[in-house]
Amino acid sequence: MEISITVNGRSEALDVPDNALLADVLRERLGLTGTHVGCDTSQCGACVVHMDGAAVKSCTVLAGQANGAEVTTIEGIGNPDNLHPMQAAFRENHALQCGFCTPGMIMSAIDLVQKSDGLDEQGVRDGLEGNLCRCTGYHNIVKAVLAAQDDMKSA
Amino acid sequence: MYQFNYHRPATLDEAASLMAGADDGTYLSGGMTLIPTLKQRLAAPSDVIDLGGIGALSGITDNGNTISVGAMTRHAEVAASNAIPALAALAGQIGDAHVRNRGTIGGSIANSDPAADYPAAVVALDSTIHTTKRSIHGGEFFKGLFETALDEGEIITSVEFTKPTSAAYAKFPNPASRYAVVGVFVARCGDATCVGVTGAGPCAFRWSELEAELASGFSASAVPNAALDHSEFNADIHASAEFRGNLVRVMAERAIASLI
Ligand SMILES: Cc1cc2nc3c(=O)[nH]c(=O)nc-3n(C[C@H](O)[C@H](O)[C@H](O)COP(=O)(O)OP(=O)(O)OC[C@H]3O[C@@H](n4cnc5c(N)ncnc54)[C@H](O)[C@@H]3O)c2cc1C
Ligand code: FES
Ligand code: FES
Repeated sequence: MEISITVNGRSEALDVPDNALLADVLRERLGLTGTHVGCDTSQCGACVVHMDGAAVKSCTVLAGQANGAEVTTIEGIGNPDNLHPMQAAFRENHALQCGFCTPGMIMSAIDLVQKSDGLDEQGVRDGLEGNLCRCTGYHNIVKAVLAAQDDMKSA
Repeated sequence: MYQFNYHRPATLDEAASLMAGADDGTYLSGGMTLIPTLKQRLAAPSDVIDLGGIGALSGITDNGNTISVGAMTRHAEVAASNAIPALAALAGQIGDAHVRNRGTIGGSIANSDPAADYPAAVVALDSTIHTTKRSIHGGEFFKGLFETALDEGEIITSVEFTKPTSAAYAKFPNPASRYAVVGVFVARCGDATCVGVTGAGPCAFRWSELEAELASGFSASAVPNAALDHSEFNADIHASAEFRGNLVRVMAERAIASLI
C-alpha cells in the first residue's frame, strides 16, 4: 500500500505492508530510531510521537491511519546545539537515567504543556499517566516538566 | 499480526459495501482496542475497514435538549466539551492522554468491554445509538460480555444523549490500566434519578433498586437500603465479586454526594 506522510517537516512517499505500524515505519523505513518500542502493547508510552498535533502511541497506529498526517518525532524538536526547552529541562533536572522512556516522556510532556495552562505537580503526574519509567521514580521528570513549562510559556 | 487488507473509505456507503465484499471484515475506529487484539493474534480479519476517513462521523452537536456525539469523536474532544459536564468528566478519566487522543465513543460502546466507562453513561442518560440501519435506545444496546445489539456490518454513526438536570460519574480505576473496576453514573432528570453501573457485571446495567429508593429522597443514605445481588458479578485478579458489590455502593454514594 502506498502512503504519504510528512515526518519532521519532510514529505515521504512509502510503499508499506497493509498491517505496518507507524512505529515500525518510523524506525525501520525512515531510520528514526529515537522513537522507542518498549512494550508494544499500548502501555508504556516510549513510542509516543505527535500526529496532527496530538500525542499518540505510534505502536498502536497503523501506517494507513497515518496516511496524509503530519508526524513529529523526538528527532524533529531540537538538536544537540539547540535543544527544545523540554529536552534542556530534562538534562538540567537529571530527569533520565537509562533514557529508554525519555523520547516518549518528552513528546508527551510537550503536548501536555502546550494544551494546559498552569500545570501543577498533580497535573503533570496525571498527564503523564500513559508513560512508564523504570528508572527515575518520576520525581525529576515532574520537576523537569514544571521547569520546562515556565520556559515554554515565557518563550 | 496476521496479514489483512487495509481500506480507508470516504463514505458510509463505501464502508458498508467493503464490509459486504470482505470474507471476514472488521471496522476500525481509534484502534485502541482492535490493534492490540490484532497484535495478540486474537483476531484474524481478512479486511480492516478504517472509519477514520469518514468526516461526517466526527464532532459534537448541541441540539438544545440533546447532544449528538459522532461515532468517531475522540475521548479527548468529549473531555474538552461542556454541554454535559459529567460526560466530559467521564471521558477525561478514560485511560491516558494518548488513549484519549485516539479512542472513540463508537469504538468504545461497540466493544461493550465490561470495564469501559461510556456504557455507564449510555444506560443512565436517556440516550439513542444511531446506526446505518436504525436507532437503538441506550437501555437496549448492551447485551452481554462484549455483546451488543449491533448486527453484522452495522455501523454506529452517532450517540445522542438527553441533557440531564444534573449528573455525576464516580469511578474506581484499575491503578495500572485506568479501566473501571467499578464506575457508577448517576443522572437526575427532573424528579427521576437513573443509575448506570459499569465494571461490575458482564455489561453495563441500571441499578433500579437504588433508583426506587432515591425516588423518596435524593440522598447517599438511600444506598444501604437498595438491594444489589453481586452473585453474578465479575471476579478476577483485580477484585472479587463481593468487593465489586461493595464498590458499586461506595461509588454510588460518592456520585450522589457530589450532586447535593
Ligand atoms: C492503555 C489503555 C487504557 C484504556 N483505558 C480505558 C479506560 O480507562 N476506560 C475505557 O472505557 N476504555 C479504556 N480503554 C479502551 C479505549 O477507550 C478504546 O478507545 C475503546 O474501547 C475502543 O475505541 P476505539 O475507537 O479505539 O475502537 P477500535 O479499537 O478501533 O474498535 C473497537 C471495536 O469496535 C468496532 N467499531 C469501532 N467503531 C465502530 C462503529 N462506529 N460502528 C460499529 N463498530 C465499530 C471495531 O470493529 C472493533 O471491534 C483503554 C485502552 C488502552 C489501550
Ligand atoms: S511501545 Fe507503544 S506504548 Fe509501549
Ligand atoms: S530513564 Fe530508564 S526507563 Fe525512564
